[in-house]
Amino acid sequence: MRALLISTAAALALFAAAPAALAQSPKQGGAAVVTFNNDLTTLDPQVGYDWQNWSVIKSIFDGLMDYKPGTTELEPDLAESYTVSDDGLTYTFKLRDGVKFHNGRAMTPADVKYSLERAVNPATQSPGGGYFSAIDGYDALAGGKATELSGIRIIDDKTISFTLTRPDATFLHLMAINFAYIVPKEEVEKAGADWGKKPVGTGAFKFSEWVPGQRIVLERNKDYYRQGVPYLDKLTFEFGQDPTVAILRLKNGEVDIVGDGIPPAQFTEIMADPANKDLIAEGDQLHTGYVTMNVTQPPFDNLKIRQAVNMAINKDRIVRLINNRGVPASQALPPAMPGYNKDNKGYAYDPDGAKKLLAEAGQPEGFTTELYAMNVDPNPRIAQAIQQDLAAIGIKAEIRSLAQAEVIAAGGTGKAPMIWSGGMAWIADFPDPANFYYGILGCAGAVEGGWNWSKYCNKELDGRAENADAMVKADQAETRINEWKSVFDDVLKDAPWAPVFNEKRFTYHSARLGGAPSLFTDPIHIPVNYDYIFAKDAQ
Amino acid sequence: MLFYFAKRLSASALILVGVTIVTFCLTFLIPADPVAMIAGRNSTPEMREQIRIQLGLDKPLIQQYAAYAQRLAQGDFGISYARKSEVGPLIASRLPATLLLMLGAIIAELLIGIPAGLYAAARRGQTGDKVAMTLSFLTVSTPQFVLGLSLLYFFAYLLGWFPLSGYGSLSHLILPAVTLGLAGGGWYSRMMRSSMIEILRQDYIRTARAKGMSEKRVMLVHGLRNAILPIIAMIGLDVGIFMSGVVVVENVFGWPGIGQLMWQAIQSLDIPIIMGITTVAALFIVAGNLLADLVAPLIDPRIRLR
Repeated sequence: MRALLISTAAALALFAAAPAALAQSPKQGGAAVVTFNNDLTTLDPQVGYDWQNWSVIKSIFDGLMDYKPGTTELEPDLAESYTVSDDGLTYTFKLRDGVKFHNGRAMTPADVKYSLERAVNPATQSPGGGYFSAIDGYDALAGGKATELSGIRIIDDKTISFTLTRPDATFLHLMAINFAYIVPKEEVEKAGADWGKKPVGTGAFKFSEWVPGQRIVLERNKDYYRQGVPYLDKLTFEFGQDPTVAILRLKNGEVDIVGDGIPPAQFTEIMADPANKDLIAEGDQLHTGYVTMNVTQPPFDNLKIRQAVNMAINKDRIVRLINNRGVPASQALPPAMPGYNKDNKGYAYDPDGAKKLLAEAGQPEGFTTELYAMNVDPNPRIAQAIQQDLAAIGIKAEIRSLAQAEVIAAGGTGKAPMIWSGGMAWIADFPDPANFYYGILGCAGAVEGGWNWSKYCNKELDGRAENADAMVKADQAETRINEWKSVFDDVLKDAPWAPVFNEKRFTYHSARLGGAPSLFTDPIHIPVNYDYIFAKDAQ
Repeated sequence: MLFYFAKRLSASALILVGVTIVTFCLTFLIPADPVAMIAGRNSTPEMREQIRIQLGLDKPLIQQYAAYAQRLAQGDFGISYARKSEVGPLIASRLPATLLLMLGAIIAELLIGIPAGLYAAARRGQTGDKVAMTLSFLTVSTPQFVLGLSLLYFFAYLLGWFPLSGYGSLSHLILPAVTLGLAGGGWYSRMMRSSMIEILRQDYIRTARAKGMSEKRVMLVHGLRNAILPIIAMIGLDVGIFMSGVVVVENVFGWPGIGQLMWQAIQSLDIPIIMGITTVAALFIVAGNLLADLVAPLIDPRIRLR
């Protein structure tokens, strides 16, 4: 007892001198409550694709690859190691020993094959199946002409290889996204249509209970292959919690994390309260908000008019309008993304220059057009700010404030001349510039129903992008990123978008939760990396 | 009576069929593509086409409706687009919470409306009457989300009398039930007041008073018993009004009923859930109206059935 007292006193003395971060060394145990307004739709990793279920799925399941917590740095996860063939067409993964599903069965290469095929199989209706189009046999399976991916080969009980039809430098990232997470076939088949409600994975937390509309409870996976994590014994997600009410509950000590973030209307008040200083984690996210201009139709088929719009928008004012919850965007890629060109300042705010460009384009008096925006705060207010900026140079933009699905439809059909992307696009699924190109700026997305709402299709840039993605060797990584940088510089010259701001993430959490701020604003586990946060009051 | 019942029942069935047709058409008039919502932002046109065929959305609208109606007749509400699970059990798991909330709201509106109306009638023209009627006007016109958030802030956050949203105990039920029922309470206090004033003019009330009966007894025994009849007949109609109110109230209070499910389904354009809940809600509204029509002549023989 005396020894304990002495050591405690010594520890206290140490803590007093040490920085606060040291005092917060993680402890095992405790519980946390996270609130969301909407009940989760599904916990099926091959299907779930909204930002409420995205990180919950990440805590229950694992993939072959993952990222270091709080960063965008790739590392092997369920794979112990991997090799890439010289031609970049074959990836061979050696699986880790001792990985078990929550039902106790050991994970095998057959599970990896099954899971990837499940993502591509059209019967699954996976919104991420298209990511795996480089795997040999994709077309046959996706087209319903095969039941397996011929490019996946089980070599022995620990080794599996993927053969691609084209080199794809993003392949390792693709092995880290939710759609490639490993699921046990027997559990999927046993649960049938209820699989999304009874998930069984290999991840840090084990699914325990789902009460529809009320809560989901996860428990620490005691057999998790990573020693010592997760820290929390229990993680509860409560639903139907309006963020305004959730904040009141957090102040009452009933809630630990407001999953939906801080409502815009309360942001200033909460940030100004000194009591919240250590409770709000701030971090970058891989997001750009932009205005698309349909380049296939007049007047936006004219480069000068698109450039004029870029120069007319006062991005600083819009950033202030959203209470500085972001930074003005100079280009399509966000600053935290590899390939971001910090030397490219983009189009400066210059209404006079914009007017000149309009005159040069033969529209000195301006014109009338439509600006589509999603009807959830703060997007209509942002659209109004853009409307005012455009009016200052003579462009009269009528705002079409609609439900998300309607704006997406108007963008997909090409009906919308301009769209403010807020609330819909674009947050990267994985931290690579390719994820900011093909679907939203490349020719592949410029089709009916695609997400390239500018309908911008530059074959030359597409070719350069594909060349860049063919550089798969580790020593080519830098050349590849530089090539992407130049692709995005050229996109900006063509100005199919007017980039407006890069959103930051602010997560409000209770004082009893500990962990680096980067875990509460993890760029991959959006919004929070539940596996590494801990309860300070754990016994 | 039996003939009347059969006639009303068949009319109700027709209304239900009409509701499903109109809802079905409306969901397809929305200028948005459910397939795009399912397939997600990385899908190719080929993937979207395949999903369209899988869901039968490539067929003419009439064929789609016929297939839907056929499944519905067998009690099959289809598969949710976003959740990929069966809609029938999904609604069934949420329905008890909504019914409990509606029951709570009916009790709340009667407990508020009847005493307030009696009080106002007894003090007709006096200050108490004016205050009660002004309050009733306020409750009828306050939007439910404002009322709900205000009640939460004062009674749950500041005073701590009730939990801040959730489900499970009586204390969870009180605030949402009052929010949902307060407007009805306002209406009922006005109805109660005018029907009470009407009744207090009747001869039998004068007789009762002449017999020397106390004013309290006159009001509560002779007056209330007669004045309450029209209100009882109205309760069935409340079911319809509440069905639309629960969407707002359930979202404010985190009440896990069908209103909350509906709101989320609308956001993700999950048509099978939207259709399913509309049909179930219509079923309740029609049943409520039917009940109101049937109860009215039972409690007031002056109403004839035709």
